[in-house]
Amino acid sequence: MNVLKDEDLQAFVDGALDEGRLAEVEALLAQHPEKAEKVRVYRQLDEGLRALYDPVLEEPVPERLLVRPRPWRQQPWARAALAAGLVAIGVGIGWFGRGAMLVPGAAASLARQAAVAHAVYAPEVRHPVEVGANEQDHLVRWLSKKLGTDLKTPRLGDFGYDLVGGRLLSGPSGPVAHFMYQDKRGGRLTLYVTAQRDTRQTAFRFSQESGVSVFYWIEGRYGYALSGELPREQLLAIANTVYQELNP
Amino acid sequence: MDDHPIVEHIPRLRRYARALAGDRYSADDLVQDTLERAWNKYHLWRPGSDLRAWLFAIMHNVFVNQMRSRRLDLEQVMEEPPSPQVRATQPDALELADLERALSRLSLEHREVLLLVAVEQMKYEEVSRALGIPVGTVMSRLSRARERLRQHIEGAGHIVSLKVVK
Repeated sequence: MNVLKDEDLQAFVDGALDEGRLAEVEALLAQHPEKAEKVRVYRQLDEGLRALYDPVLEEPVPERLLVRPRPWRQQPWARAALAAGLVAIGVGIGWFGRGAMLVPGAAASLARQAAVAHAVYAPEVRHPVEVGANEQDHLVRWLSKKLGTDLKTPRLGDFGYDLVGGRLLSGPSGPVAHFMYQDKRGGRLTLYVTAQRDTRQTAFRFSQESGVSVFYWIEGRYGYALSGELPREQLLAIANTVYQELNP
Repeated sequence: MDDHPIVEHIPRLRRYARALAGDRYSADDLVQDTLERAWNKYHLWRPGSDLRAWLFAIMHNVFVNQMRSRRLDLEQVMEEPPSPQVRATQPDALELADLERALSRLSLEHREVLLLVAVEQMKYEEVSRALGIPVGTVMSRLSRARERLRQHIEGAGHIVSLKVVK
């Protein structure tokens, strides 16, 4: 091992040698002054490069780079994908670990409530809804009145889902409008809408609770959650449409 | 929103972009394109993995694609001296300008490895992840990059006077 390789010189410059090899390389450099000179120059060059570019770190970051893309409206697909990523972080370091950037308590609890409601009502065969889609106008008027806002039922026909109907539930912050959709194979989605105490707008978030996938968000005074037993990507596409239909 | 982990890396992305793209405006364009892609692809980032390497990998790809889409031969781009940056108030301005010129004469693959190691101070494994090349390749490119940079500088007769005033 008593040969000084190029890699040794580099690793020596970068402080990347382990202790044993470091001692050997130091000894070898003492015997090879021309190599030691190279090391000296390499270090100077590195230092020069840092002197050249480090000042950039001190510059204020231009505003245009700090603007988070808001593709929610312009590029809905992109923003939803971003939100899905946010959730990935949330899972990575713990849902409640990092405060506002991750999942605010209210929003997370929204996801949980929605997942529970889905788990309870989606398997229901005989009474999945209180008011069927055949009385859609009445259903929407009724639930709108209960929630104190103008609700809409998104059209999800493009994804093969038709409205089954809806029901009124009670949630931790008051009445909940619960709409159910179904595809030809009987797969069901539920949309959970409720007033929120914490009205701060959130990004699109994803959660999974015992097999139920939930995309949820808070917009204005209301929280929305779309639940289904679907892979995230599929549910994401639908959640996007729901969002767009509700916020034209 | 400013405490998002991606945001923390913006100053470093700008520094790297400046070294790659030369002038401030094209460098920030590169950062902006990189960030746009990063935000849109963030769901693909594996939590717990090296976010910095991921972001630098995106910047690398964006830069290489931009070069390609401009249908410029990369080597030609490398030969082109960058617009010199004026730092007239600093006593070492001359030497740094020489260094910058010498750096711009390196091929892109050499320049990238050297910048990531020397300026970004990444470990070889991190460089390997950021550029998608094996560690052995990182080492050999680094070795050649430093040696060529040294030769360019010495060829310019500046090696003795390369002083760095901090």
